[in-house]
Amino acid sequence: MKTWLRQHRQAIAAAFGKLAAQKSAALLNALVIGIALSLPAGGYALLSSLRQVTQGISLEPQLSVFLRGEAKRSDADALGARLKSDPRLGDVRFVPREQALKELQATEGLAEVVAALNRNPLPDAFVLRPKGADPAVLDGLAKELRALPGVAHVQVDSAWARRLGALAGIARLAIALLAALLAFGLVAITFNTIRLQILTQRAEIEISKLIGATDAFIRRPFFYLGALQGLAGGLFALGILWGSLAALNGGIAELAASYGSGFRLAFLGTGDALAVTLFSAGLGWFGAYLSVSRYLLEIEPK
Amino acid sequence: MISFSGVVKRYPGGQEGLKGVSFTIEAGEFAFIAGHSGAGKSTLLKLIPAIERPSSGAILVNGQNVGAIKRSALPYLRRNLGLVFQDQKLLYDRSVFDNVMLPLAFSELGGREAAGRARAALEKVGLLARAKANPIQLSGGEQQRLAIARAVVNRPSVLIADEPTANLDTASAGAILEIFAAFNQVGVTVLVATHDEALIGRFAKRVLRLAKGSLVV
Repeated sequence: MKTWLRQHRQAIAAAFGKLAAQKSAALLNALVIGIALSLPAGGYALLSSLRQVTQGISLEPQLSVFLRGEAKRSDADALGARLKSDPRLGDVRFVPREQALKELQATEGLAEVVAALNRNPLPDAFVLRPKGADPAVLDGLAKELRALPGVAHVQVDSAWARRLGALAGIARLAIALLAALLAFGLVAITFNTIRLQILTQRAEIEISKLIGATDAFIRRPFFYLGALQGLAGGLFALGILWGSLAALNGGIAELAASYGSGFRLAFLGTGDALAVTLFSAGLGWFGAYLSVSRYLLEIEPK
Repeated sequence: MISFSGVVKRYPGGQEGLKGVSFTIEAGEFAFIAGHSGAGKSTLLKLIPAIERPSSGAILVNGQNVGAIKRSALPYLRRNLGLVFQDQKLLYDRSVFDNVMLPLAFSELGGREAAGRARAALEKVGLLARAKANPIQLSGGEQQRLAIARAVVNRPSVLIADEPTANLDTASAGAILEIFAAFNQVGVTVLVATHDEALIGRFAKRVLRLAKGSLVV
């Protein structure tokens, strides 16, 4: 065990030594890996930030029933009673026109516009939550509600949120595909770096085999080299992402403030950042493994 | 003990490097493999650490059938053999001391013990004072002595040298052979291939003479 640990320590030291001996090449490789990884990591960070915003939005189907402007409160009460007795509806909430105006007034930038109005232009409305979510059933229900007396307009409110959810799903898939492609690129970069390193050290490998080094002993420093290169690439990716988000957030903060929002693009959480780094190191190790398996067997003492 | 029994080595293309060679070297023995260039000396020596595999026949090294040894077992066979080559096979990107430390990296020895062993090996070949030098700074004879130090640092039971004095002057060649004789005196089996008959004549040791791939009397 002690010997095994010592050999691993030596292999790590040898890997650091190789990186130090080729600082520029190692730095460039890590930078290329970092740039490649920062793209999916950035996409993930963007989606995470958007998810935080959309989490506050209900994706449950919701119907808004707007009454005619001339409808009286008694008409609204009658309609309300009818809606509450409908077994297809789970929740029925009445929003009087006065409350709707107050809510509009509270909206950033609209207070002055509302104050300038001579009368309340908003109608009384009902917000309904159907028990099912089948789009065909919802459409049928909306059609029925439109035909009721006193109803001016019916809106299926959750449609846009559903579209946003679907778009987010597509974006997540696109990011996963991009990550897979770039991961393949990372493996290829490491594969080639290790291949060159093996060729450079051909004499040392031959001699090591002659004097009794096992394949595992010879392979180990290359594995660590690949993993270290991947790790450095992962750290570069995090640095690039952090810098990019910091630069973008300046403009985003201004834009969000104009909508009364404090929205910012958030950096990856500790777990996610750790996952990116470990994933990158793992891919580096894998690239080294493929390269070493392919080329080390070809080198035999003569 | 090293034992060859009817060993044939046929290269791709059909050329025979060895033609049914049989002999036994007892443990602790010192023997020369003599013969002209192309006689099969190097082929014979390469079969012992399984750098080459025999086409037919059996090779036993310390009771182990080298011809049938698995690839994964090769390192453990080679750790018990000290190999010295005409071209020394040194690493010129590290010091004399680090070259000698190389075989100890995968031994069971701790760092301090390994360093002590490396220093002792260098002292035996008279290179301790040059431990920090780069091998490129050493003379041909010194480089060969360094190769011997690396070969013996793991205390192998068998020391095999292929033309270790080929590029050396007479005095340096004699000194190298004296080192081999000294290791032999402490029980190490030594097998040296050389075409230098004058050098062989200076040591009263057993000679296995090869000609065109066959042993001759």
